[in-house]
Amino acid sequence: MTNYLNDVEELASHVPDGALLALPPEYSFVPMALVRAIIRRGVKGLHILTVPINGLAADMLIGAGCVKTVECAAVSLGEAGPAPRFGAAVESGSIKIIDSTCPAIHTGLQATEKGVPFMPLAGIIGSDLLKYRDDWKVVDDPMGQGNGRIVLIPAINPDVAIIHSPLADRDGNVWIGRRRELATIAHAAKTLLVTVEKIQDESLLASEATAAATLPGFYVTALAQAEMGAKPLGLVEHYAADTDEIATYAREARTEEGFNAYMQRNVFGAQEAAE
Amino acid sequence: MTYSRDEFLITTIARLLETPDVRHVAVGAASPIPGAAALLARKVNGGTPRVSLIHGKATNPFCDGGREIFDAAGQGRIDVFFLGGVQIDGQANLNLVGTGEYPTVDKRFSGSFGSAFMYFTVPKVILFRPEHSRRVFVPKVDFISAPGVSDPDVYRPGGPKYLVTELCMMSFNRDVGRFKLESVTPGRTVEEVLDNTGFEIDVPDHVPETPAPEEERLALLRSSVGVEVADTYPAFAKDVLGVDVAA
Repeated sequence: MTNYLNDVEELASHVPDGALLALPPEYSFVPMALVRAIIRRGVKGLHILTVPINGLAADMLIGAGCVKTVECAAVSLGEAGPAPRFGAAVESGSIKIIDSTCPAIHTGLQATEKGVPFMPLAGIIGSDLLKYRDDWKVVDDPMGQGNGRIVLIPAINPDVAIIHSPLADRDGNVWIGRRRELATIAHAAKTLLVTVEKIQDESLLASEATAAATLPGFYVTALAQAEMGAKPLGLVEHYAADTDEIATYAREARTEEGFNAYMQRNVFGAQEAAE
Repeated sequence: MTYSRDEFLITTIARLLETPDVRHVAVGAASPIPGAAALLARKVNGGTPRVSLIHGKATNPFCDGGREIFDAAGQGRIDVFFLGGVQIDGQANLNLVGTGEYPTVDKRFSGSFGSAFMYFTVPKVILFRPEHSRRVFVPKVDFISAPGVSDPDVYRPGGPKYLVTELCMMSFNRDVGRFKLESVTPGRTVEEVLDNTGFEIDVPDHVPETPAPEEERLALLRSSVGVEVADTYPAFAKDVLGVDVAA
């Protein structure tokens, strides 16, 4: 049964130090309020997996000292520019970087979905990514189909995944629309923590139209309501990204002092506590 | 008719999309110039090619999550994709990771995104990098996110075909692993291209000028196509094409 919690602070207590934590991509329902609660809790030593890319959430977690390792196809603030704390941490060697490529992350999660230890993926051979990935193996096509060598990607099994959504019902079912990567993340993770804008009484499985866009409750470990829970990122058809706020972050987080001041104001300060 | 640099690049790319092998053009995130070029080519050619902008709304057909574009490319359902690079070398190797010695690079960039897969699977990859300098076009990239050519025993239906910069358009010959200068932007010279390229390229005796934007196409870009561009890139449509959908 999905555990209904009071708020993001309670949800954040389910993220242990050192967890392999999966984050959804910037355009896909990122639970920023929960990320801020995780930072306030002072979680340490996280291994972040971006699925397959991320921006603001990863950058804040890195800057706040919560992260030991980042596994990503890219970390970027998109049109707001580079992710400043990510860049600084990689350049200084203060975090371990595991570079990947988008379909390899999807493939690793799909292997876990299917309960198999690895899955093959085309491409990659000749990329320097392979040089630094002892966990990726290159084999001769074992089926003899004449396709030559192929890369095997091991199953990725996140300890915790976190997502946001516009809507859940009372049975733990969560509406994800066409953000189907959230289903992949949920299927592959041991623990799934969800924040939602709204909880409705009517079951999302009661109609085929909503059921087709629903993540069933049996994947959902715990859930809490968090209105405006993706802000300053956007939530499609609910609110637009606050591009001024993201640009402010991108500018101030260029220095460690600027980042700390931003976080004091927006994550640890009175503004957030009043929410 | 006068035109901007971005309008010139859009019409240059659009011409590369108007051959019968191009049925489906996919465009990645934050790529307004390739996106506008694809929408222009579709308009001019009566609905062909199909155009998929991954972060668009109505122009984004993908409904099966982030993996769908890669699965579609792996099956051969995508004919054209665009890639760039912090550094690009003469073998068309791409570096999207950073400059200096990996992993604690001197300057870290975002990461390889899907390049290490799309470069292998999409038959006609167009490299797009407006800045044409020796900082970008280096003798050898510091990190290969995606290689330009592969050994014969690697399954590779895809790869680089063209490179478009603000100075010129080049083609890439996968058999010999070299770029060839195809045309030069009006007002620029072959010497300027060579001075700003850090690797050897093939230069024919006669290098034509890249055609200026056709008036009819500029007019479309600034009207109906601009409105389509605005669905995904409202700021670009307003600032570059003068199409303000909010007004």
